[in-house]
Parts: sequence; C-alpha cells; structure tokens
Amino acid sequence: MTSLFYIEHSNGKVSDQSLKAITAAIEIDGETHGLIAGSNIDEAVTEASKISGLNKLIHIDSSEFDNVLAEKLTDVLNGMSDQYDYFLAAATTTGKNVMPRLSALLDVSQISEIIAIEGPDTFIRTIYAGNAIATVQTSDAKKVLTVRPTAFKASEIGTESCEISKISPENISSISEYVGEELTKSDRPELTSAKTIISGGRGMQNGDNFELLDKVAAKLGAAVGASRAAVDAGFVPNDYQVGQTGKVVAPELYIAVGISGAIQHLAGMKDSKIIVAINKDEEAPIFDVADYGLVADLFQVLPELEQAL
Amino acid sequence: MKILVPVKRVIDPYVNIRVKSDQTGVETENVKMSMNPFCEIAVEEAIRLKEGGSCTEIVAVSVGNQSCQETIRTALAMGADRGIHVLTDETLEPISIAKILAKIVEEESPGLVITGKQAIDGDNNQTGQMLAALTSMPQGTFASKIEIDGEKIKVTREIDGGLQTINLNMPAIITTDLRLNEPRYASLPNIMKAKKKPIDQKSPSDYGVDTAPRVKVLKVIEPPKRQAGIKVENIGELVEKLKNEAGVL
Repeated sequence: MTSLFYIEHSNGKVSDQSLKAITAAIEIDGETHGLIAGSNIDEAVTEASKISGLNKLIHIDSSEFDNVLAEKLTDVLNGMSDQYDYFLAAATTTGKNVMPRLSALLDVSQISEIIAIEGPDTFIRTIYAGNAIATVQTSDAKKVLTVRPTAFKASEIGTESCEISKISPENISSISEYVGEELTKSDRPELTSAKTIISGGRGMQNGDNFELLDKVAAKLGAAVGASRAAVDAGFVPNDYQVGQTGKVVAPELYIAVGISGAIQHLAGMKDSKIIVAINKDEEAPIFDVADYGLVADLFQVLPELEQAL
Repeated sequence: MKILVPVKRVIDPYVNIRVKSDQTGVETENVKMSMNPFCEIAVEEAIRLKEGGSCTEIVAVSVGNQSCQETIRTALAMGADRGIHVLTDETLEPISIAKILAKIVEEESPGLVITGKQAIDGDNNQTGQMLAALTSMPQGTFASKIEIDGEKIKVTREIDGGLQTINLNMPAIITTDLRLNEPRYASLPNIMKAKKKPIDQKSPSDYGVDTAPRVKVLKVIEPPKRQAGIKVENIGELVEKLKNEAGVL
C-alpha cells in the first residue's frame, strides 16, 4: 500500500499543519510519498524531503502551482491516482478545498478531519461540532482523508533526504484563475501553531479593545484569537475565529477572555492543555472547561495581567 | 440566470446534542430541526443576487426524508421560487448527494450553484467541491464575497491566513462561509405565499444514482468530559498558578 500526502509550504518552510497531519499518513502501513507544488521553492522541497518516514517526494515544479487552485491540483492528483491507495492532506482551508474534489473524481466517499487511525479502513472523527466522536469504516478501495493537525504530533525533520522526483504537468485546467491574497499581517504567531493563545469574545465590546489582548499576547509570545460571536459582531476578521466553523487549536495555554463558551467555540479549543477563563459572569459555561477561572471585569484585569507578566 | 441552492435539514444549532446510549448515533427523535445555518446563507445570497437583477429564478433542492419539505418551504418563504425534493429515508453520504445534484444541474442548467460550506451535523465539508468535480465546474469555496462580472464570478474566500480572491468561469459552484451575509427571517405573508410555491418530488432512482453507503458507522460516543478546575481570586494568583502549578508560563 502507498499513501500520497499533499504537503503545504510557505516562506521556504513546510507548514506546521502539514508536518503534523503527515504523521497520520506515515502511520498507515506501506510507503508514504509527499507531493509539494510551486516553482523556486528549493528550501521547502529540501526540508520536506527530510521529513522522517517519507519515502519519496514529488515536486510539481511549475509556476502554474505557485498559488494552488483546486481545479489544477486535483487534475494532477487524479492523473497519478493509479499508483496510490491513500490520499491525504491536512484539514486546512487548502486541504478541505482540494480533497473532496479529488474524492469525487475517484468516486470515493471521503473521510473528513480524522483524529485517529484505527485500522487500514477504520478511522475516528468528530461530528456535531465535536459533541460526538464517530468510528467509521470505509469499503472504498481507495481512501481519501483529511487529517486534523492538532490530533497528531509533528513529524521530525531528519538529516537524510528521500528521493525527489520533479514533474511539470501540461494541459492543466484553466476554468479558474488566481487573483490575489490579502493575508492578515501580524507579528504574532499563527493561531494553529502557537503554544499560547489569548482569545476575546463578545465581552470585548468592540474591535479596538482587542488591543488589550494584543498587549498581553506580546508579553506571552501568544497568538490572538476570537470567538464566532466576536467575528459575527465585526470586531475582528474571520481568520481569528477559533471554533468548529473556524480554526481548531490545541495550544499549551488557552486564555479565553469575555467568551461565554458556546458549544461551537469549545469544539475549537477544548483539547488545549491548560484553559484559563476570564469572564464577569460566573455562570458562563466556559468555566466548566477551564482549569483556572477568574470572575472579573476584563477591562480591569487585562492591564493587570499585562503588568504581571 | 438560474441559481440552484441545495439545503440540508439538520438538528437545530442551539440544541444540545445527545449521543444514543447504544452508541449507534445521535438522538434525532423529538429534537428541533432547522435548515443548516450555512445553507441559510446560501439561500440569502441567491435572493440578494435576484434582488440585484443578476438572477431570474432560485431553485431550492433538498435530499432526505419527508420532513425535508419543511426545509424547502423555509427556503421558499425566504424567497426561493420553487423546490425539488429528492425523497429518501436513507442517510446519504456527500458523494451520493453530489451525484444526485449533478444530475439536477444537468437538467436545470443553473448559472450558479450556491451551497453551504458544511453541514453542522456530519461536518464533512465535501458536497460542494464534489459537485464541482462531477460537473467539471470551477469552485469558489468558503466564500465571504461574490461579484458577478459578465461570464465570470469573482470570489473572495476565507483562507487560514486571511482572504484569497479568485475568478471563476461560469457556471460555477460557490460554498458559503459565515461572513457572506446575514440571512433574513421569512415574514409571515411570505411564509403563507411559500405554501403555494411548487415542490417537485423525486427519488434517487429517478436520477439513476447508486446511493449505496460506502462508510459504515461502527460506533458513536460522547467526547471525554473536561473537568472544571478551580476559581482564582485575582491576577496575582492566576499568574502564580500558571507558573508553578501548570508550568505553562
């Protein structure tokens, strides 16, 4: 059996999400091949080729793939599908965009966001925003899986490089076209890879008050997140959102400020190692999952916290 | 231009989920059901395009049991023009739903299909992308803004690091993210009017789609419960505990 894992990269590095999710592919019996795409990405290719447990790296060396579109990438994946039994990617916005399209081309019923592998055809995943955990078994010969990165430990980058094979696909689909990206600029670490996260909810009252969180985050080297309520209220952009419909995170320390603890938010952060909740409503459900709760006015205690660090 | 909007009936997002004690699934008997929130956003977007003059007809489709009629009626009450109900008592996998929808796309030739990015029951996030593959259409997933420009549609997508913009040839498939719009509530007169709008009833076999399941659910359990910890009195105590007890500072 052979697995093909789609490796994401940026700024010359393999993404943390891919490094975690590829561990699932390596856990499956047989060889693991990686697929990485883009031109002039030697650094990322070199790093990817040293992922411990990877047997071969395929590099789509083409500027057509500098910005990955699902239509083009699935054409290439579909073209090499005879050689593989498993197709995997991290459950990022890219993985979620690409893999179901491939799955349909292969006439396979995809298993989304697996959190554990039980056997060659049996996987564990969460449903209902993490309120239930399902063990599922597929009868499809080929398997298409997306992997929740927080559920797996990052693979090591070793010193030995595996075999690298370059391909340059031709006649690729052009029914879609990349225009541009507007990435949120921040000095803070990425939410999904941060060791510490401080998130604000509706209790923050407006977007300007998120500066109070930024100041604490600067002291902690933390990422700043938000609840869906805060995003819906327009305080911060959607890429701040932690929760079932946003990002699923599992840092060492998660500090929830002015967040009541709706089910959908808890689904995105309850695997954090230590949870701190600061809320003036002592009945808020967030306290049911918090290791340390502080019933207080956030506007008073956030500056105190900043001072104390 | 015609717009096709698939809508799904799910357990209401504000209902507490109960896992069945025999571990076969989640309790759905006597539980409040609603239209999947992302599907509501899809219906709303189609209505706005119609109000803006770029759409002439909105067709709402639902695949599922008899009660899905209500979900289609909700879409009709919001402003969709007619419905197609593909009646089945089986729970279909996204690949089967996508195959049925692909046949409907073939019959109806919509200029756009707008679907929710995921349903809040299975959390699969697959159907739109699969439908795009099966119809060879481009896909604009997790859309937070769409603009039609002649034969193309410009889609702003919510991606992990921020926003991405792509252009798609039409016809195309769009899947909705939260910030695309805020869905309206249906007014009482519109709810009454919706009762007269036509719903065509079909079955999966009408479309010649094999809906046999490939994925078997072996068991469904509750997630491990996290215990509530302690309350601290002030920031000083909190920082001390985080340093010395939890060791995370």
